[in-house]
Amino acid sequence: MRVIPIVSDTDIVEARMAARSLAKYIGFDGADLVMIATAVSEVARNIIQYAKSGEVVLSVVQGRARRGLEVVARDEGPGIADIPQAMIDGFSTSRGLGLGLPGSKRLMDEFMVESRIRQGTTVTMRKWLR
Amino acid sequence: MRVPILKQGRFVIASIQSALTDDDLLQLRDDLAAYVGKYRSKGVIVDVTVLDVMDSFATRTVRDLAQMVRLRGAQTVIVGIQPEVAFAMVQLGLELGDVATALDLEEALALLQNEAQ
Repeated sequence: MRVIPIVSDTDIVEARMAARSLAKYIGFDGADLVMIATAVSEVARNIIQYAKSGEVVLSVVQGRARRGLEVVARDEGPGIADIPQAMIDGFSTSRGLGLGLPGSKRLMDEFMVESRIRQGTTVTMRKWLR
Repeated sequence: MRVPILKQGRFVIASIQSALTDDDLLQLRDDLAAYVGKYRSKGVIVDVTVLDVMDSFATRTVRDLAQMVRLRGAQTVIVGIQPEVAFAMVQLGLELGDVATALDLEEALALLQNEAQ
């Protein structure tokens, strides 16, 4: 398990490099490595953008017959008022492109968002080895 | 890390050497807009071959960069987007809009030379 504190834009780079290297160790390659690194970049940037600080936790998970990578991006920021709306392509409360959450969901195999107003947001996503 | 920018005739070439932070990307955008005026360049080439991630921020910044360069009277060509990166960008729903792209530096130079004639 690896915990990367996210407090500045250099930590976004750190988080995606750590994710890439753990994913490679698990056995992912090529396009999967890029998809994982890109999804981690998006959720880490959301932390900076909306909550200022938080953490990304990377771990190896064991499914029934396969291994995978789990990414948990956690913050104690303002929370997401309307999660279904936040999952719509192009919706953004900042000046972003509004593709971070729905896009990351497409890049990974499993994707969950839990959020409470004024308490924070936790995004959990997994990718399984094929 | 600051991206080195080379002058090549009427064009400038920014060759990204390593992973860039958001601030690095914004710096590159501003540097290029300034260089175009300083060298009276007609074209800008940004080589992203080493980038293994083009996320929504990078894509938006490249689009902004190309638009700023256009407003300064020059054209931009993005070179070297890796196939896996292109795939992830499409999955994410990212588009470069009408920003020109080329496979390599040679192709980008040929494209700009045609435009400049």
